[in-house]
Amino acid sequence: MQNNFIRKIIFDEKSRSLLIQTLTIGIFALVIYELVQQTAYNLDKRGISSGFDFLNMAAGYDISIRLIPFTSEDTHLRAYFVGLLNTLLIAVCGCFLATIMGFLVGIIRLSSNWLFKNIAYVYVEFTRNVPVLLQIILYYSILLHLPQIKQAIVLFDNFYLTNRGFYMPSPILKEGFGIVLGSFGLAIVATYFIKKFFQRKQEKTGKQYPVFLINSAIVIFTPIIFYYIAGMPIELDSPVLKGFNFKGGMVVRPEFLGMLFGLSIYTAAFISETVRSGIISVSKGQREASQALGLKNNLVMRLIIIPQALRVIIPPLTSQYLNLTKNSSLGIAIGYADLVHGFGGISLNQTGRAIEIMMIVMLTYLTISLIISFFMNMYNKSVQFKGNA
Amino acid sequence: MSSLVLKNLSHNKHYNWIVRNFFSTWVNTILTIIALIFLYKVGTFFLDWAVFSADFKTNFQGEIITDRTLCSKNIAPGEYGACWTIIYARFDQFMYGLYPVEETWRVNLSFVLLPFAIIGFLFDKLPFRKYFIYFTFIYPFIAYFLLYGGPNLTIVETNKWGGLLVTLFLGVTGIGLAFPLSIVLALGRRSNMPIIKSICVVFIEFIRGVPLITLLFTANVMLPLFLPDGVNPDNLLRALVAVTLFQSAYMAEAIRGGLQAIPRGQVEAAQSLGLSYWQTTRKIVLPQALKIAIPPIVNTCIGLFKDTSLVLIIGLFDLLGIGKAALADMTWTKLYYEVYVFIALVFFIFCFGMSRYSLYLEKKLKTDNS
Amino acid sequence: MSIEQVIQLEKVNKWYDDFHVLKDIDLVVDKGQKIVICGPSGSGKSTMIRCINRLEAHQEGKIVVHGTELTNDLKNIDLIRKNVGMVFQQFNLFPHLTVLDNITLAPIWVKKMPKQEAEEIAMSYLEKVKIPEQAEKFPGQLSGGQQQRVAIARSLAMNPDIMLFDEPTSALDPEMIKEVLDVMIQLAEEGMTMLVVTHEMGFAKTVADQMIFMDEGRIVEQATPEEFFDNPKSDRTKLFLSQILNH
Repeated sequence: MQNNFIRKIIFDEKSRSLLIQTLTIGIFALVIYELVQQTAYNLDKRGISSGFDFLNMAAGYDISIRLIPFTSEDTHLRAYFVGLLNTLLIAVCGCFLATIMGFLVGIIRLSSNWLFKNIAYVYVEFTRNVPVLLQIILYYSILLHLPQIKQAIVLFDNFYLTNRGFYMPSPILKEGFGIVLGSFGLAIVATYFIKKFFQRKQEKTGKQYPVFLINSAIVIFTPIIFYYIAGMPIELDSPVLKGFNFKGGMVVRPEFLGMLFGLSIYTAAFISETVRSGIISVSKGQREASQALGLKNNLVMRLIIIPQALRVIIPPLTSQYLNLTKNSSLGIAIGYADLVHGFGGISLNQTGRAIEIMMIVMLTYLTISLIISFFMNMYNKSVQFKGNA
Repeated sequence: MSSLVLKNLSHNKHYNWIVRNFFSTWVNTILTIIALIFLYKVGTFFLDWAVFSADFKTNFQGEIITDRTLCSKNIAPGEYGACWTIIYARFDQFMYGLYPVEETWRVNLSFVLLPFAIIGFLFDKLPFRKYFIYFTFIYPFIAYFLLYGGPNLTIVETNKWGGLLVTLFLGVTGIGLAFPLSIVLALGRRSNMPIIKSICVVFIEFIRGVPLITLLFTANVMLPLFLPDGVNPDNLLRALVAVTLFQSAYMAEAIRGGLQAIPRGQVEAAQSLGLSYWQTTRKIVLPQALKIAIPPIVNTCIGLFKDTSLVLIIGLFDLLGIGKAALADMTWTKLYYEVYVFIALVFFIFCFGMSRYSLYLEKKLKTDNS
Repeated sequence: MSIEQVIQLEKVNKWYDDFHVLKDIDLVVDKGQKIVICGPSGSGKSTMIRCINRLEAHQEGKIVVHGTELTNDLKNIDLIRKNVGMVFQQFNLFPHLTVLDNITLAPIWVKKMPKQEAEEIAMSYLEKVKIPEQAEKFPGQLSGGQQQRVAIARSLAMNPDIMLFDEPTSALDPEMIKEVLDVMIQLAEEGMTMLVVTHEMGFAKTVADQMIFMDEGRIVEQATPEEFFDNPKSDRTKLFLSQILNH
């Protein structure tokens, strides 16, 4: 009887798998139980309390770069949001810049000019093989070597490059600005309808219209026209040198710029490789078939090459965006107040609630990663070539 | 195709190549000229700064430089270039950290032996490959003994390790330890047992979704909380744990790609021959999968090598950390570019070398399989 | 009745750097003629027809298509491409577009046709190649033979006067070759001027007005099918025919 049972467990695949899984859960549960016990004991021994109540306690520190108001009397929870916003800010700006630079460099790598091609190649290889942290520190160093405020480099009369940041006029929005903003929004919505209108016209008559130019003109000129109609409701508050500092205007800090340059230049190198291999992946025959049909070069690109290339480019492009977002956590090295620096660093040191804070921080990044991956997967599914090919 | 000289293409393939790549159209020709001017300006500037106007050990007056005030560029500002003396002066620290100077021969020995330890894995046409692979397995013990100490060798605590030693230690050991773990994870993720699969998926996706710095912080701050009294791993070991877990998740994904590329027919053939799951995996699936996955695996290794620089944020002195420390020293402060360029060069040599190897492998795989 | 010469190649030479791939090619194609070109691989047959629609550029000699000389002038090239259709060995259908969109693409964007008109034309050609029900499918969902037929319809939709075929059946499984050749035979019977590079000698015997054998960049022999198969003049032709006809 017993022999049969044992034999069944070892040789029957289903039973064996059940046994292994049960054992695994058991071991896991045991390990976790031990871990929790040990941790509770250690925390107790060191007099560190637990719980999330610290989120409502005053932070006790200032954050210099912030998108929402924050003082040292605000709570740790608010500090979390300030950090999160800063992280998202640098991630969005970085991804935007990196995409533009990456596409440019990728296209240059495909050009027929040997020198441009290889200068781009050298840039890519150097940037990809040096740690991003080093590059961030390097650019930050360079920015800190800009002249002091009193000897600032002046551009266009109102922009000042200094080692404390990039000072520029800040816009004061007066009454009537709503109209300008509204007209801009309307212009954007209009472009959608305009595009559809001309598309339908082309389908009916066959004539082609310069839709892109028309839409660009509308988006650019409508707000400008309404700006003048509304009586020019934007005043510029220019920075003015008073004593040792500028008064008025706004400033972009070198910490932010250092992160921005470091992250985007680094990520652009990877994006350029993705773009290059994406365009190459479209077989030569596609171009030949289009040309044989009489399509002009710009149409070949627009209708045939780029749509196919994008399908190959977008998944790895998205993972580069994820990498950039995760790399923004390096802000702590140069003092950029991202999530890890403020909430994950200073708050952690002050409250000692390492486990709670680290959990929150990691879960935040995890959520961002999962959201981006989710959208990427949806896009990927929708553009797959249908068929077995 | 408003070609400039293309009409007169000759039969000389070199001439043609030059025309096509530099002068094929007017635009191309102008770009070539712009590029040449750019290269000339940048090239001469850099060479001047780095070599011709630079100090190595003595300045322009012939004195030996002992601190930054004696650098030529600080005596005659605007006329001279890099002051590389800082690298010479602190070379030991860049290489070994605070390792006692009289014991550095041990580090050197372990550096020298390292290539022999990995060469067995890298090149499969090697003569006596079997012996090299044996050596790969004994090397960790030898290295540990050499670096840390033991009978007859004075113990050097890890808090004295620094510079390239730490970078290589974290990189090599991290990859070495992560490798078996990543195989287990990759196989587990493809398992039919839902519990095993879920654990692997959750682990991999979690690690890949968070920045390395958070893992380093966690290991640094939380590891002592998880472990019983008396077990207090030093800082380097804590960083090693974080780095290993991090690398294992990324390598697991690379291996999974290799596993997916193996046609089902291979497994079915093995099964119909009577091989068990483990036999099939060990002898048929894994060898092929690993071969295919080596280029992406090497990419993760390059990434890891660069990421070891993050340990400076938790207070460990890897190569970059030593660099920052050197710049903080009053004797040599403000020689930023010299230090950063040097460190960048060291990283570049290692990482570029690895990526060249990966390209060599990809080419080899293509010709092997086609 | 004078027969119009639609294609003239005069002393055409082409080099890839120092490799002489087309040597003194002289060829005249009359309207409505079907010319089959055969020869060993590397003989330059594909290169020659690709020169006709400027997918390759010749360095010496003169190519005239429909009275327009083929030079670096983009206008001429566009004009010629509108009137010359090409079918490729690898089909080269656009995978991201439906079958219908593949065919209507050029009429809409090159000939500036309204969409409905283009679609009507496309459907008529799809019916001609006998697969009108595949209109909304994507190329990846079709068999090789169906894909090549769509490719033929795509070229025909531009209403060309000349059709070039570059080994159209070489990438097909044997059971699908016939369906494509049938379409080509029908096209020939309707009077289309065709240049076909192929190894399908059965097709050649049925349809060709002239057989051309190329070897090492030269036209070695040009004759009617009867003379070509029964009484080849050159030794090289004889050798090639013996290799290709007896297996």
